[in-house]
Amino acid sequence: MFTQLLRRNRKLFTAPVRYFRPTQTLNNKFDIFVDGKPITVDSSYTIFQACHEAGVTIPRFCYHERLAVAGNCRMCLVEVEGAPKPVASCAMNVMPNMKVNTKSETTKVARGGVLEFLLANHPLDCPICDQGGECDLQDISQVYGYQESRFNEYKRAVEDKYLGPIIRTVMNRCIHCTRCIRFTEQVAGEHTLGTTGRGNYTEIGTYVEALVTNELSANAVDLCPVGALTHLPYTFVARPWELKSVYSIDVLDGMGSAIEVNYRGGELMRILPRVHEEINLEWISDKTRHAFDGLKKQRLSFPILKTPGGDIKELKWEEAMDIMRDQFDQVSGDEIAGFVGKLADLESTLAFRDLLHRLGCEHVESSSIAPKLNANLRSEYLFNSTIPGVEDADYVLMVGSNIRTEAPLLCSRIRSRVDEHGLEVGIVGYAPNLKHRYSHHGTTTDTLKEIADGSHPAFEKLREAKRPMVIVSSHALSRDDGEAILNNIKAIAESTNVINHEERWNGMNVLHNDIGRVGALDLGIQPYSGKDNIKNKKLVYLLAADEFREEDIPEDAFVIYQGHNGDKGANFADLVLPGSSYLEKHGSYVNMDGRTQIGRKAVTAPALAREDWTILRALSEELGAPLPYDSIEELRSRMSDLAPHLIKYDALESSGFEDLVVKNKRGSSEMNGTTFEDPIDNFYMTDSISRNSQVMARCSKEFNPKKFTNFKEPDIDFAGR
Amino acid sequence: MLLSRILRRNRAVMLPIRSIGSNQRLEAHETDEPRTPEDSQFLAHFNDRKKKYYDPYSHDPQAEDYQDSILMSDRMGGVPDEITSADISENWFYTIYKTEITWTVFFFGAYSAFEPDHIIHYPWEKGPLSPLFRGEHALRRYPTGEERCIACKLCEAACPAFAITIETEPRHDDARRTTKYDIDMTKCIFCGFCQEACPVDAIVEGPNYEYSTVHHEELLYDKVKLLANGDKWEPQLARNLETRIINR
Repeated sequence: MFTQLLRRNRKLFTAPVRYFRPTQTLNNKFDIFVDGKPITVDSSYTIFQACHEAGVTIPRFCYHERLAVAGNCRMCLVEVEGAPKPVASCAMNVMPNMKVNTKSETTKVARGGVLEFLLANHPLDCPICDQGGECDLQDISQVYGYQESRFNEYKRAVEDKYLGPIIRTVMNRCIHCTRCIRFTEQVAGEHTLGTTGRGNYTEIGTYVEALVTNELSANAVDLCPVGALTHLPYTFVARPWELKSVYSIDVLDGMGSAIEVNYRGGELMRILPRVHEEINLEWISDKTRHAFDGLKKQRLSFPILKTPGGDIKELKWEEAMDIMRDQFDQVSGDEIAGFVGKLADLESTLAFRDLLHRLGCEHVESSSIAPKLNANLRSEYLFNSTIPGVEDADYVLMVGSNIRTEAPLLCSRIRSRVDEHGLEVGIVGYAPNLKHRYSHHGTTTDTLKEIADGSHPAFEKLREAKRPMVIVSSHALSRDDGEAILNNIKAIAESTNVINHEERWNGMNVLHNDIGRVGALDLGIQPYSGKDNIKNKKLVYLLAADEFREEDIPEDAFVIYQGHNGDKGANFADLVLPGSSYLEKHGSYVNMDGRTQIGRKAVTAPALAREDWTILRALSEELGAPLPYDSIEELRSRMSDLAPHLIKYDALESSGFEDLVVKNKRGSSEMNGTTFEDPIDNFYMTDSISRNSQVMARCSKEFNPKKFTNFKEPDIDFAGR
Repeated sequence: MLLSRILRRNRAVMLPIRSIGSNQRLEAHETDEPRTPEDSQFLAHFNDRKKKYYDPYSHDPQAEDYQDSILMSDRMGGVPDEITSADISENWFYTIYKTEITWTVFFFGAYSAFEPDHIIHYPWEKGPLSPLFRGEHALRRYPTGEERCIACKLCEAACPAFAITIETEPRHDDARRTTKYDIDMTKCIFCGFCQEACPVDAIVEGPNYEYSTVHHEELLYDKVKLLANGDKWEPQLARNLETRIINR
């Protein structure tokens, strides 16, 4: 509440909000004794951290490494010699020669007592609780609790809250650790959750009925140590012991978050975040987590031919290959146009590129809404200061970007810098609700021009800053004057510290929304800008491309779509080839800061659907231009010939040549003076998977009722509403 | 044939008596030398007998006729010169009256002649069953008619034969119930772990053991069948559970 007050009156309190965090190192070391063993710790450590470092496990509910300390569950009580009572180890700093006893009778009794009190009001409904099997309270009461209960009174009952289509609440189970509150405040930046009442009457809730609308809300469910918050779409779906898991990465935004895919049999069950300190910490967005149910609907499982009469005919692969051979035979190489989709993996992109090049076609990416970026130098199109680089930046200028919807996790990182360290953020373009303080400089390209000229006050900020970041959205660069926008940003970089060699800092960042884009540029697939020439194309091949302008495709062209979900591309195509989604194939992806990661196969694609690069390989054989690789290893070896960093997994390679990039301006610098639009219309529906997802449709219905959804009103609404 | 061999053996036994030398007495088994051509022919067949120990290189156990060693003549130290009636009666005494099998049969006959019939004439008669008997499965209901199973999947987890398959969805009133509860009775090993795991006494193994079928598919029980079983056997199941609760 206090932080909320501060934030509302932020003009009065100019100092940034600070939380008590246990991890600020002061480099002042001394010894303490944990269970009689000496250990040297930093003076900023809490007892909990010291014990953790000494290898002693202390049970806890409210303490979480990435959240501020609350100290209200009292589960981490330990005995400290000299202290009159057991102390909460998560909230107490170490002192020199402190003697901590975690195995004494006092500690044991304290833990047992705390658990007795927690279980006094916690319902014994583990069999119907979705947390059952992965519940902190279950585990801790098994180890530290008493055998029998002495509680004979009535348990309290709390009404369930409706927090939206992502979070299901069973408030009887809540133990008031306030992790969810701290998460929504400090990580998601939203002040919707809080506690009301005192003592036995404490309740977690939104004060007046409201939804938790932030894009990271489902992480609060992961944080919940009991089953008070559960995933609503995952309600009663599976038990943790039934699930098998595979470590993969997410492709629905440019970050490439680390995920763990849980499946049972051949069915996807859920997606959980994995810890990756340099990308997603341990959070993922709601879209990443819940959009995968789009893979169970509108799937393309058979090759489909659209007859001139408008009928749809299911084909066998042999028939589809025959048709493609006929079609390719009728056209020459320069009459073919390729479109690479936003979800395409490196392997299929490379096979696509090689195939088209072998057929004599140079237009591998013909989309006119692709960002106007040059593939020659890597630092032109990367997020150069890297995602953790946000922590080093001292000024951020965002151009034409709504970072909250484009990269919610990056937004969260920036927000925590703004909240805790007073990072200044300026925005040119659409003014979104980022849930942190920022100054809005203007909405049109004119403001950008002023900053580039040096006549805008934001320019001074950029020049004074030592490590400023300029983040430009790839959506802004895909405008018709995208090159001019990029030129202006290069001009800003030339005259400020955006590229600071002393600090080894490159602050020119392109914020990509498509996981496939950086990979395609790394493979040298540059968006083809000759728009008029595309009119003579006779054959258009869409590689999972659903984002294109319809006028880019000539009317009389034969359109082949290879992808996994029925969406705009499949609707538009004459021949549909069933491919695999990111959870159904092994594929590597390059995220926006140039990190190659491997996505692994969790389940098998349905029916006749095949891995995308194998389709292209088979097609190349049919067309008499066989590709020189028969396995994914050979394909990756070919990939390393083109760009060696593409097989160095989970490693960042410095791209260099930033001065050259800045000097190298292409085309005119005259922007057309229009406003930057909101780059993403609807966060929950950005690609063919999330557009087919029912959960995402519910989210857009609840959070953005005016936005378009693909689905009719469901017969029975969630939670009886 | 048999008689002639016995006779030849007796000659072999008598051999050492004839071979006593003037200066040295040798037992029959201490010498290898045949005395007569007749003996040599005989000893060629019974070479092993003449030695104190078996020669592992020459001894062929398969060539030995084991029936020889159990012949009465061997046991009794040769064929008696004459057989008296006393011998015959002694023989009868040992072979018939002193043999336990004779008396067992005799006593059991006498016993069973006076005892009542122990046979349960199965299709018409049935024996008593323990309340712990683990027979055909059933899903129970509450007295209100609400099904007990809450789809916690503990039985599925406990099942060592992987015979149970459960799928769940929120019911229209947001309650946790199964949409699918299948038991493959041909996989089931009737260990009773499912009913022990069940926190609400929903899945139980009832007293019914008469559910054999013609087709395998009929033993793949679904939720409808299991609930019908529960409805059918509920009085008995409830009584059995009462006794079982005492033992918990």
